[in-house]
Amino acid sequence: MSLIAQDITVAIGRKRILDGVSIEAQAGQFTAIVGPNGSGKTTLMRALTGELPHRGRIALGGDEIDSLSPEELARRRGVLPQAAALSFPFTVAEVVRIGLEARGERDDALIPAVLAAVDLPGFSGRLYQELSGGEQQRVQLARVLAQVWQPVGVDGPRWLFLDEPVSSLDVAHQLTVMRLAADYARRGGGVLAVMHDLNLTALFAQKVILMGRGKVLAQGCPAEVMTDAILSDAYGCALRVNAVPAQGIWILPQASLPEAC
Amino acid sequence: MQAVRPIPAVIAGDRSQRARLTGAILVLLLLITAVASLGWGASGTSLSRALSNLAAGRELAVQDRVVLLDIRLPRMVMGICVGASLAVSGALMQGLFRNPLADPGIVGVSSGASLGAISAIVLGGALPAAIAGWLGWALVPLAAFAGSWITTMLLYRIATRQGRTSVATMLLAGIALGAIMSAIGGLVILRANDSQLRDLTFWGLGSLAGATWPKLMVAVPIMAAGVLSAPALARGLNALALGEAAAGHVGIRVQRVKNRAILTVAAATGAAVAVSGGIGFVGIVVPHLLRLASGPDHRWLLVNSGLLGAVMLLWADMASRTLIAPAELPIGIVTAMIGGPFFLWILLRNRGVLDL
Repeated sequence: MSLIAQDITVAIGRKRILDGVSIEAQAGQFTAIVGPNGSGKTTLMRALTGELPHRGRIALGGDEIDSLSPEELARRRGVLPQAAALSFPFTVAEVVRIGLEARGERDDALIPAVLAAVDLPGFSGRLYQELSGGEQQRVQLARVLAQVWQPVGVDGPRWLFLDEPVSSLDVAHQLTVMRLAADYARRGGGVLAVMHDLNLTALFAQKVILMGRGKVLAQGCPAEVMTDAILSDAYGCALRVNAVPAQGIWILPQASLPEAC
Repeated sequence: MQAVRPIPAVIAGDRSQRARLTGAILVLLLLITAVASLGWGASGTSLSRALSNLAAGRELAVQDRVVLLDIRLPRMVMGICVGASLAVSGALMQGLFRNPLADPGIVGVSSGASLGAISAIVLGGALPAAIAGWLGWALVPLAAFAGSWITTMLLYRIATRQGRTSVATMLLAGIALGAIMSAIGGLVILRANDSQLRDLTFWGLGSLAGATWPKLMVAVPIMAAGVLSAPALARGLNALALGEAAAGHVGIRVQRVKNRAILTVAAATGAAVAVSGGIGFVGIVVPHLLRLASGPDHRWLLVNSGLLGAVMLLWADMASRTLIAPAELPIGIVTAMIGGPFFLWILLRNRGVLDL
């Protein structure tokens, strides 16, 4: 069961933002999309979720996504947007409930569980607008998680589509969220995430898709994609993999974690 | 009887209990207010005397019967329907545009409805007699409905880009659309004769005084359909608060919700404006108070808005009947005197959030 996108092309006016992109992601794996600013990462994500009109075919678990109803798609995959302003003063519990209702259930007992999963225990009564940016991002993740709480349903694996899930989080919560997503994949669900942080990507992803100028530059397991030559070329600056700088300090979470890939 | 379901443990931040309680209080309040409005008025007719006469088996005096059944009762029914329509339309528009300042009166939708109604009143005589006779009293509400529908759709097209609505664009476009509609309305009025002109002037300030049974027969079903169908949009509007894309991802057919909301607003506002004229600010005051009381969840907000809108309009009507009695103040003046400052208060409170 996998996500397969073939020959995705997105054009805005005459400019091709994505040019014949083909990718594949497996359920049971954490797949990361990386690349420099403007490389088309978020555009690819928005095409894959059906937000943007595009050419090419996208299949989720063997079904063309265009052939699935919105309700059916919502049961199979949750989508975390990059930024989410909320127009009315909803409480955290009410936001999470929007995710719960997406699968036709009203099991409010799940609300404390999802909030605990994103390290926001006891936040259910708080007003969304009064939270910090990082807390809001985690509430949104809790909402998405509530929508596809079980990684595998009767109809197959479920998916998390995450657009920069750790962009406004502190280092501890970056790890919380990455572990959560990796755990979701380990239990059989699919995870596709747009990532900026190459270190976290190397740590948690089983598959990396490197984008550049609207095309896929490389895809494969982190060790194959994340090499000095490929990364330096893609980002246009000298990058060395696994090289500890000679001077200064280096703060990375690798020390406390098992190896990935 | 339904089976009694176990009461779930209350989770912090779940305001549905409070919203239910608010709804129950509003039902009670509406009943009391409705009865009070029957007994309230310039003539000496008193409801309790009429009821005790009836209970004692005596016939009602003709004057009392006319006052109660043909003046106050239709006026009460119209107040309830118009108040509920305006408040629910406001709540729907705010959910659709994702901001608390959208209101049919402020963003030109009522002006569109007025243009439709004015055109029907003034130009309706030019229609072939067969069509005019067939449409009858329905002509004015239908024209108002068409006017408000066109305006709402235009406004949504202009103010929404890529699934996001700009508050500034919405308010400014609403002012422009309202001005255009009023200008065209003015041109149409030039063709009106003296008696039409007097009708239009009083109607434009807003009043429930024109309530008659034949008018209500046409307008009430349209308003009731709008108000009663609105709660079906609640889940869609809740999800829409996250933005259009996110709403789609939780399984909402966004385009369908938007189209239905626009149609509902147009029907309810159009019919309300057709029978009562320019009654403003109900649509902005009522949903805002309810969001403060029990949160923005549309499942409760839409129902409770209908109830509170009805209550508030009946109060405003009672005030309009008594403040300068025996003369009558147009109810639009009463709602504007209360609603205008309230609108400014919301604006000031939300200045930072709304990015104006």
